[in-house]
Amino acid sequence: MNRHLISAADLSRQDALDILDTAEELAGLAGRQIPKLPTLRGRTVVNLFYEDSTRTRTSFEVAAKRLSADVINFSAKGSSVAKGESLKDTALTLQAMGADAVVIRHGASGAPHRLARWVAGSVINAGDGTHEHPTQALLDAFTIRRRLGRVDGLRVAIVGDVLHSRVARSNVWLLHTLGAKVTLVAPPTLLPVAVGSWPCATSYDLPAVLPVSDVVMMLRVQRERMADAYFPSVREYSRRYGLDADRLALLPGHAIVMHPGPMNRGVEIAADVADSPRSTVVEQVANGVAVRMAVLYLLLGGGTAGAATGDDRG
Amino acid sequence: MAAMVGAARPGAGDGKAVLGADEIRRALTRIGHEILERTDGGGDVVLLGIPTRGVPLARRLAGRLAQAEAADVPFGSLDVTLYRDDLRLRPARALGHTEVPPGGIDGKIVILVDDVLYSGRTVRAALDALSDIGRPRAVQLAVLVDRGHRELPIRPDYVGKNLPTSKREQVRVLLAETDGVDAVRLLAGPGSPGAGGGPPRAGGGPPGQGAQARPAESRQPGAGGPAGGDR
Repeated sequence: MNRHLISAADLSRQDALDILDTAEELAGLAGRQIPKLPTLRGRTVVNLFYEDSTRTRTSFEVAAKRLSADVINFSAKGSSVAKGESLKDTALTLQAMGADAVVIRHGASGAPHRLARWVAGSVINAGDGTHEHPTQALLDAFTIRRRLGRVDGLRVAIVGDVLHSRVARSNVWLLHTLGAKVTLVAPPTLLPVAVGSWPCATSYDLPAVLPVSDVVMMLRVQRERMADAYFPSVREYSRRYGLDADRLALLPGHAIVMHPGPMNRGVEIAADVADSPRSTVVEQVANGVAVRMAVLYLLLGGGTAGAATGDDRG
Repeated sequence: MAAMVGAARPGAGDGKAVLGADEIRRALTRIGHEILERTDGGGDVVLLGIPTRGVPLARRLAGRLAQAEAADVPFGSLDVTLYRDDLRLRPARALGHTEVPPGGIDGKIVILVDDVLYSGRTVRAALDALSDIGRPRAVQLAVLVDRGHRELPIRPDYVGKNLPTSKREQVRVLLAETDGVDAVRLLAGPGSPGAGGGPPRAGGGPPGQGAQARPAESRQPGAGGPAGGDR
């Protein structure tokens, strides 16, 4: 395991399986009388969020607290960042406060990578620009494994705004590492230029892909990132790439429907599909805590011998 | 658990044999009867094995109790990794499986089961883990081998064999479920000359097994397994 979690592409198959197996055990502890564990007592986890996020920040906060770490929430609004402090100065401030891990969400792709060079603790990427969101991919893989028993050999369709989606990027790499066959389905304008170099197939035709998919992952249409006209109208997008009850019927009987949230009901996913028993949206949120606990435990739970000798594992 | 530090377990041929399959079987049968005696028939007993090798031992003990009294004794496993006090001394470890029987442990007599009792730190961690799961009426400890060198005020209630050892030695418990064979072996550890064994445990073992004789005995000429010949 590396010292940081910046990109799902950095994870070896064994790393990924270690995280999923650890999360499995930790999920089993959630139903106990006292779900809190003493493992990270005395460690400090900083949530450094430059973009709004409810579920990811809360999920990391709950995960860290379940492991008895101290959590400091540091959001860009209302902090010195709003007064113009640079990322590096903020990093050095956190360093001086003794943060053992920094969970960062940033609008710029690559910000966690930069941060990792400035702080001594672990850096966990909670979403950077349109680059990656590795813990989301891990919790998606965890959810798939819990529902369908495995990831290896499954056919996964990732549908929608791939261009702006860090969730899609992280999932392509992680699911490929775990042996799944990924197909990206999107209008041509919403597929990145470099998609040919990714380990996945692409398609523009959702109804053709659905019957041969074990998992359908619907992506949110990110209106806040859509400065240009990527498709003529939301209505047309919804008709060609939205998942409604008729399209749901095209899926094999065992297939599941996933969405990283927050959902635009009626745009990429119809309300009755989102609430159907095949939808894993709520499970994904619950699984997120277990997966983030596993990541925090594996990054912070072990010895500090590496950090003391200047670290050669990063 | 405490004795498992280090590389992968050697095969059954390494080191000096302490217990064979028959002796392990008899020890477990005896412990089973002792449990029934001391818990009035084992009515409220829950057996919790500490991974890895405590789990099959707990399962076997549950079988012994069922044979002797035809009573079904619930058994499970209790992983203590997240409660250990030495987590920061090594890289993060994979977690073992925790499975508490459906009836829970509240008001029950929990018997922790492990293969080797050494420093007592694993048991300390297990007691902490138990208190987060529920409130047992009593907690007891059963081990296959007690090798001495306690670092905490902890003692076992049921012991398969008291085995006086030097701290340099390693005790290896092999079980059919995990290792394909039942055996307990004593290996001369890779100890450095200056780090000599701690004080011998007095009076812990049966007569004729003086602790001080152990290190010399365990170095069998020509039996150079990877761990045995490493000095």
